[in-house]
Amino acid sequence: MAAIELRNIVKVFSDKRRGRDLLTLDNINLDIEANDFVCLLGPSGCGKSTLLNIIAGFEQATAGRTLVDGKQVERPGSDRGVVFQQPTLMPWLTAIDNIAFHLKLKGVAKAERHDRAMEFIDLVGLRGFEHHHPSEMSGGMNQRVGIARALLMNPSVILMDEPFAALDAQTKLEMQEELVAIWQKRRCTIVFVTHSVDEALVLGNKIVVMTKRPGRIREAVNFDLPRPRDSTSPEFNDAKRHILSLIREESTRLAQAS
Amino acid sequence: MTSVIDVSPARPAFRLSRAFHGLERLIVPALLIAGWEAFARSGMLPPALLPAPSAVLHALGDWVFGFDETAQTYSGHWLRDALASALRVFGGFALASLLGILAGVAIGWSRLFEKALEPTLQMLRPIPPVSWIPLAIIWFGIADKPAIFLVFLGAFFPVLMNSIHGVKTVDHNLVRAGAMMGATGRQMLTDIVLPAALPSIFAGLRIAVGSAWMLTVTAEMVAVKSGLGYVLWDSYYFLRYDIVLAAMISIGLLGYLSDLGLKAIMARTLRWQQTTTVQGRAG
Repeated sequence: MAAIELRNIVKVFSDKRRGRDLLTLDNINLDIEANDFVCLLGPSGCGKSTLLNIIAGFEQATAGRTLVDGKQVERPGSDRGVVFQQPTLMPWLTAIDNIAFHLKLKGVAKAERHDRAMEFIDLVGLRGFEHHHPSEMSGGMNQRVGIARALLMNPSVILMDEPFAALDAQTKLEMQEELVAIWQKRRCTIVFVTHSVDEALVLGNKIVVMTKRPGRIREAVNFDLPRPRDSTSPEFNDAKRHILSLIREESTRLAQAS
Repeated sequence: MTSVIDVSPARPAFRLSRAFHGLERLIVPALLIAGWEAFARSGMLPPALLPAPSAVLHALGDWVFGFDETAQTYSGHWLRDALASALRVFGGFALASLLGILAGVAIGWSRLFEKALEPTLQMLRPIPPVSWIPLAIIWFGIADKPAIFLVFLGAFFPVLMNSIHGVKTVDHNLVRAGAMMGATGRQMLTDIVLPAALPSIFAGLRIAVGSAWMLTVTAEMVAVKSGLGYVLWDSYYFLRYDIVLAAMISIGLLGYLSDLGLKAIMARTLRWQQTTTVQGRAG
């Protein structure tokens, strides 16, 4: 049984103001195995974030079934940790309280909350900043808190929606390396949405290329290049060429259609 | 090539202003009072019509400490009068805050409450609280109750409006994050929506405390026989404009103090916000 099973997912947004319907996701079928690091790759507006939101339970599919660990997804829950595009931390809580927020909701005592959160503070390299508020930290640090917060719930899957898109190039590289290290250490299933081919190739062991409007799966590419990956190696570039050709085919098809 | 960046030390004028630090807030009041004193002493208006600040201060001093009966029957009774007004402000304000926040959060969060309550409340809102005075008197008589009722009406709507606004403008991604971490419906309100709405709620409370003082004094001028507003109106009948002015100053001072108190509570509660706002800037 796959960790995540998407069966014939269709999503239609009804644009009430313009009185028309927009087909965003068209018959998506995808199996994601446990411990996979899957990158959903596609241009803006291809519905990749919508697909992630459906798995998270933030949005309901118009048709089709979403199963996580064999259970139908109906609403958001702590079995699926989400890392948002913006850190989306509680601005009134310190880093450690943000990371331990899930435990607070469960009624765990403060001392134990902090003990357990410290482990994740260390994991994402924020020791010394545990009592800082989000406004006192950089975007990269806040995103680390966001990742730690999702990891602490020990979810069966972690859903990430372009979490590094707002970061500068160097921080982005550091965060990508750390994320891979965390994934290797903790063995979890990650679904990572991105529009960057390089990012998908650095991170994923399965890259799902999506097409633009309506969103369909063009091809799911398995990519088992050993880590750490060298983005200048021939194997890396072969894979990159293949994925770029998939995307290019798609844009010529769209150009001809219009 | 020479650098065009000016790295010379801070200008002397800047350091001078630091020497006046703390005094700067006294400059405008001091000038106003000096001008007023000079005008009153110039004899262009009879002293009975425009008492000099010194005369007002004298009346206020006697009202507070009762040293020479300048304030006649009020001599030495300031604390009693101020306390009577302050208790009405506190009573009405506390009631308005409690119900305003409860109703505001309910309306902001739930469509059902919004549909059920908002039209009625929004229709009541434009009615000036003062226009309730006749009904307040026949319902509650001449005492504390009509005043507290009026203060409540004046303070309730600012708290209500700002609470609704605060809840409605909470970032929906915070709510999603809460749901992702397994928050129940109640936890969503108490642990996410309420803290996120607090800055806006506090803004409402600060407007409300000002309205509360205005309406206490109004009520005391009409419907109550004690408090600063009553002294003000009573002195007007006895042509004692020095006491009228002393009462006005007392109200201004107490209103200012209640706002300072509220600001202090706000600064403690919203400490997390300070580094990101204009308020928290240095100097």
